[in-house]
Amino acid sequence: MKPASFEYHDPATIDEALDLMSRFGDRARPLAGGQSLVPLMNFRLLRPAHLIDLNGVSELNYLKLENEALRIGATTRQRELEKSNVVARNWPLLRDATSFIGHIQIRNRGTVGGSLAHAFPSAELPVATVTLDASFVLQSKSKQRTVCAEDFFLSYMTTVLEAGELLTEIVVPAPAPGSGWSYQEVSRRHGDFALAGAASVVVLDANGNIGNARLTLTGTTPIRARNAEEFLLGQKPSQSLFNDAARRATENLEQDSDIHASAEYRRSVCEVLARRALTQAAERATAQETIR
Amino acid sequence: MSNRQVRLTINGRQYSGTVEPRKLLSDFLRDDLGLTGTHVGCEHGVCGACTILLNGESVRSCLLFAVQANGADLKTVEGIAPNASELHPLQEKFWEHHGLQCGFCTPGILLTAEALLKEIPNPSEDEIREWISGNLCRCTGYQNIVTAIQEAAKTMHNRRS
Repeated sequence: MKPASFEYHDPATIDEALDLMSRFGDRARPLAGGQSLVPLMNFRLLRPAHLIDLNGVSELNYLKLENEALRIGATTRQRELEKSNVVARNWPLLRDATSFIGHIQIRNRGTVGGSLAHAFPSAELPVATVTLDASFVLQSKSKQRTVCAEDFFLSYMTTVLEAGELLTEIVVPAPAPGSGWSYQEVSRRHGDFALAGAASVVVLDANGNIGNARLTLTGTTPIRARNAEEFLLGQKPSQSLFNDAARRATENLEQDSDIHASAEYRRSVCEVLARRALTQAAERATAQETIR
Repeated sequence: MSNRQVRLTINGRQYSGTVEPRKLLSDFLRDDLGLTGTHVGCEHGVCGACTILLNGESVRSCLLFAVQANGADLKTVEGIAPNASELHPLQEKFWEHHGLQCGFCTPGILLTAEALLKEIPNPSEDEIREWISGNLCRCTGYQNIVTAIQEAAKTMHNRRS
């Protein structure tokens, strides 16, 4: 057998799941889609003593609109997000980012909350949720707290989740009217882990200048390019402006080197993708302004 | 570690077994139930050889534990032909158009393609390539697989109309 032995638990409700999480603490791992956890267990890089399978907890699986915000249950499959009309209409960035995750077979099982809690550096949903200003609901047996996406990711595969705590819901606020979006990614082959990625949302003001811009890059954790965002405020969209912003966003960008790419290559690709993301988001914002 | 009873439907037939929770669904199918049509390649979700349909959706059976399939409805390559003497149109066209050489990846690709044609009966070449991108083939270079799926889509369309 590939994975080491574990005790299997299949709670039917969130309360049961939180009970088990609190009872077994850091000896337990929640199992959602299993598309990252099970490979790690098959390699025996992870050997949890207790596996708490959330797939039977139906109250964690939903997509709903509430006060114009999107609420996503943590075990909602990535493929549902990708195919949802509501998501396509109001949060196309989320749909586009999701379509880059692995392959259809992976997205059929992989969950939204699972990808966020796993916090892999090249993952798409962490970058998209930071760009969209999402917040995450974290629950344990004794407390519930809400953390904004930007504060959730601490380091390589490390988040603020404590032992016994479960990510239960993702809340994505309503998009600003007329906002343009773009998700850009480069990988060696279709569906591979990204070497670099960039996400952007651009909103234009009444004069066609940039009223708000968000730019996030892949890194050890999602990197919000605040200096570029501030630099863009109030400016007239142009290619030279976006070239400049992308350079500012990436000039001191720290990236890791590994067998797939050097840090310098990743930084350089991030600059190109930042430029493309800002340009496309601004074009889409302009197109929507024209429609209205 | 306590063993678990698993009961499930595969290709319309009832099966059951007792498993350690850590037993992968792919191993359960092959070793416990003797359904060796599902192939096991990388065993960590990269190659797609072990793709099956779980409640109609294509999934990697090496990334599921057998216990998780309790109560589920599965389809494996053994179940795609309509009967013992006829082939599924996908199987026919893979044969005619040389959509396989060694055949190791074929069961996974057939099930992926079946899910594709159910969702998109007349897929474009791009859509076919997107769908099968999660299945590695080291022999064909994919071109004949794409052709076979396109031809199967036509056959299935003609048989429906």
